[in-house]
Amino acid sequence: MKKSSLLFLAGVIIVLALGFLMPWLLRNPFYFFAGYVVLQYVTIATGWNILGGYAGYINFGAAGFFGAGVYLSAFLFTTFGLPLPLCILASGVFGAILGVLMGYLTLRIQGVYFAIATLGLVVVLETIVHNISGLGGASGMAVYGPRPPAWSPGPSQFNFTVMLVIAVASVALARWVEISWIGRGLRAVRASEDAAECSGVPTLRLKLVACALSGAVLAAAGAPYPFYTSFVEPVTAFSLVIGLNAIAMPLIGGTRTWVGPVIGALLLASVQQIATVTISSELNILFVGAVLIAFVAFAPGGISDLFGRNKGRARS
Amino acid sequence: MLSIDILLNAIVTGILLGSVYASLALGLGITFGILHIPNIAHPTLVVAGAFFVYTLAQWGFDPIIAAVIGLVPFYLLGVALYAFYSTVFERKGGANVLQSLTLFFGLSLVIEILLSLGFGSELKSVSVSYIGSSLKLGVLTVPYRLLIPALLAPVTIAAVWLYLSRTNSGTAIRAVAHEERALSIAGLNPASVKRHAFGIATATAVIAGAALIMVGPIEPFAGRYQIGRVFAIVVLAGMGSIPGSLVIAIIIGIAEALVSSYLNPSWSPGVAFAILLLGLALRPQGLFGAAR
Repeated sequence: MKKSSLLFLAGVIIVLALGFLMPWLLRNPFYFFAGYVVLQYVTIATGWNILGGYAGYINFGAAGFFGAGVYLSAFLFTTFGLPLPLCILASGVFGAILGVLMGYLTLRIQGVYFAIATLGLVVVLETIVHNISGLGGASGMAVYGPRPPAWSPGPSQFNFTVMLVIAVASVALARWVEISWIGRGLRAVRASEDAAECSGVPTLRLKLVACALSGAVLAAAGAPYPFYTSFVEPVTAFSLVIGLNAIAMPLIGGTRTWVGPVIGALLLASVQQIATVTISSELNILFVGAVLIAFVAFAPGGISDLFGRNKGRARS
Repeated sequence: MLSIDILLNAIVTGILLGSVYASLALGLGITFGILHIPNIAHPTLVVAGAFFVYTLAQWGFDPIIAAVIGLVPFYLLGVALYAFYSTVFERKGGANVLQSLTLFFGLSLVIEILLSLGFGSELKSVSVSYIGSSLKLGVLTVPYRLLIPALLAPVTIAAVWLYLSRTNSGTAIRAVAHEERALSIAGLNPASVKRHAFGIATATAVIAGAALIMVGPIEPFAGRYQIGRVFAIVVLAGMGSIPGSLVIAIIIGIAEALVSSYLNPSWSPGVAFAILLLGLALRPQGLFGAAR
């Protein structure tokens, strides 16, 4: 293993150890309640970036994948009593299938059509959920989550730790994609799809792989959500805020490397957690929208490009 | 014979709805279809137009007259939007499609929030003497609140299409997307032609907004549910084919009306998107567009 990979592994172990220890050190469960949301966004931003950042295909439908994960896990848990890890896994697999399906229908044309199609995905999934009475329809359904195990002091802390494991796994997956042949191929797609195709890069297959991985992570991010809120309903599960943040966070942090979305999510989600408590949630969206416009317009490389080591790298 | 009544009514309602959808998609047909700028903020601009009409209607203006008054400010708004867009992207050597998509996405959110801060998030509607009643033709019942906006659309579309195809400045707009260099050789400034086109596209949003708010009450986030429809119309019509968009819009309208009268109205938001996905998978160049 290379030095950077060893460092990454050490970082992962430290973060995970902290995640399991913190609940015993910090007494106030609110920190974990708020921290869950931040970690959820780290996962969402990372998942989005696999397709949106590396390959340059914008997905406006992150909320669709997220909501699909939320509902599948809620359904499997309440109907079959599936254990939590299996619910998360099933959501991930479902997200991957959804991603491949979306990609297969739209990716053979241009990126614009893919982006537009993802916009509609949220509407369609929301419509379907609205019409299935087994999922609670428009009025939603209550989900009584699993009892927290002995190694965690309470439900908030337990959800936090679960989300942390998912987030770390997603970041590791994104990093693996980035340094493997997949990442190289996707960067080639982003730089010039025609040139990549002509030099023998299997562009369609690579894009489908990226779609599947991205969809899997986005759906897995939603899997523990029903246990976090104890209640799912279509409007919050398919909330536009998720779709917005999924794009805003990587763009603000930087889309080139796995670090960017993590920075963007940690920053933006923390600010939002503070803002929703202290100001209103509408102003919160206004703020994110304005920041998004500012970054797209004036700093398309994101924070990690402004300060980071990637300054010399060519822009596509 | 009740089912034939329902069928006929559904088809007529669908044609009228489709006509309204076509007016929503008209501006996008110019910005995305002709100029290739993916302006996903267009449905939100239509909603902003509807709120403009609502405000004037509160002061006693007729919605259609209010829309005509709104043409000038919305034209200027569009010019300003394009000026911002081009200074940000096109001077840096060509706009990246995905960045511009993100920009318009952020823009539409900001407009939505500003509307909801300004007007509140409740449903708003206009009331005019001719809106309440219905026209009865045998078994058909056509409410005026649908008929009048539906008649507004073909008129606007015809006006825009005549302008684009018969006048010099209209020809310049269609030319600028094809060959910018040739246009500047011919002595025209491509940037100002595009600004003008974007202005016209945004001006149509206020007419579409008037149509939308006459059909039914509206809230600041209503644009979101139109995005699938308007893009489905523009893309399936074949980029830039404005008469084609009317045909596609009516097909979508009929499909939605049939779904909501035979299945359930709550299924209809997904119809346009399903049609779009099928269309993209089967015939990516659009039904009325030439293969690229």
